[in-house]
Amino acid sequence: MSKTLVVANRELRAYFATPVATVFIVIFLVLQGALTFNLGQFFDRAQADLNPFFTFIPWVFLLLIPAITMRLWAEERRLGTIELLLTLPITQGQAVLGKFLAAWGFCAIALALTFPFVIAVNILGSPDNGVIASGYVGCLLIAGAFLSVGAAMSAVTRNQVIAFVLAVAICFVFAVASNPIVNDFLAKNVPALGEFTRRIAVIDRFTDFTRGIIALRDLIYFATFIGFFLFLNTVLVDQRKAD
Amino acid sequence: MATRVEDASDQTVLIEIQGLTKRFGAFTAVDNVSFQVRRGEVLGFLGPNGAGKSTTMRMLAGFMIPTAGTARILGHDVQTDSVAARGVLGFLPEGAPTYPEMSVEGFLRFCARVRGFSGSELADRVDHALGLTTLRGVRLQPVETLSKGFKRRVGLAQALLHDPPVLVLDEPTDGLDPNQKHEVRGLIERMAPEKAIVISTHILEEVDAVCSRAIVIANGRIVADATPAELEQRHPSGKLEEVFRALTMEGMA
Repeated sequence: MSKTLVVANRELRAYFATPVATVFIVIFLVLQGALTFNLGQFFDRAQADLNPFFTFIPWVFLLLIPAITMRLWAEERRLGTIELLLTLPITQGQAVLGKFLAAWGFCAIALALTFPFVIAVNILGSPDNGVIASGYVGCLLIAGAFLSVGAAMSAVTRNQVIAFVLAVAICFVFAVASNPIVNDFLAKNVPALGEFTRRIAVIDRFTDFTRGIIALRDLIYFATFIGFFLFLNTVLVDQRKAD
Repeated sequence: MATRVEDASDQTVLIEIQGLTKRFGAFTAVDNVSFQVRRGEVLGFLGPNGAGKSTTMRMLAGFMIPTAGTARILGHDVQTDSVAARGVLGFLPEGAPTYPEMSVEGFLRFCARVRGFSGSELADRVDHALGLTTLRGVRLQPVETLSKGFKRRVGLAQALLHDPPVLVLDEPTDGLDPNQKHEVRGLIERMAPEKAIVISTHILEEVDAVCSRAIVIANGRIVADATPAELEQRHPSGKLEEVFRALTMEGMA
């Protein structure tokens, strides 16, 4: 097993060894269910698709994912285990990637537990399961994007609250960048910036996936996004590990 | 343990530190420290709190980036060839940090996997390290439920897991009871002929008991580098404690 996976494996087990996993999964499912059925009017729409589910999931992630990532590095520094981890014969890149993959795997597990939604729409009607599958791919990618931001912010500080707030704030900026309110405002006042923010926004990219479109440019966007923040994470860990 | 027959004259330099310096802003924690440690040597690293012992050890382990200078372990530079250097190093960080929610055995298995062991060899290594540090009785207990002395030994077991030629132990006997201290010293003495060992301590009797050489550091500088016996002769009382006080108080002035 490669060293990255050894780190990821340990990290993933740690989620389930503490109440973190249970609390996160339960809150995620309750929140996602309540939003989809009530605010999203899942039944009243009488359409066999998961659009209400996919509409809310980025915002639920925006709140919950920084709660997972805030401990990633901050906790290691608080316990001093970062000194142990980074003096084992692994590179910092392997440690960063291992931790990221564990958090991503954990999100994938939480996401997989939303399967009753898929079963429900399949019983109630005949949805396009290809669109649903591509929507789930989008969910996983947006989770990965937010996780990479949160992990990097966790390496900035040993204070978990600061890590959480920074991660929510940065994810929020990327989430609302394509919002019409923001875009109209920017288009009127700083036209050059309006185009730029639309391009870096995550929600528009995600919406493509929920429509069943898996475009190469969107995949490249998410890969670049995650790659950039993981690189930033590695640099931050290197600079701040011994502070 | 592998019973290798070592040539008694094998005095290879395993640790090489040259001009190591660490500054935090205007404060110089470690100032131009240089020394070498050969196979078979047990180097006691002495100094008052805040003298720069842990900082030097962290730089030697490749955890802290030095402001200037280099450290090599078996010829591998700890900064530019860090993975190879850490592969031959057993390091016990200050305070012996471990993951609290893991079991003793789970934690050691994790360290062994990262070090590239698998299958029956991994099981043997873990079992051997548990035996060396007398932890077999608590192998399935979560680390967080253990007492301070046990936690320290878990950290020690992690450092010994891969039978490394170089051991750097930051206060290995801190928090242990007298019997456990005795055991750890015995363990260090038994391993000494095959390894280069650096231990930091402020327990002076320990230096007499296990170290073949002592470096006294004060305000980030080396103020003495000699055998414990030579150091004792530097004060009329012949007590290491008096020598230590004289050396480190001088530095304060």
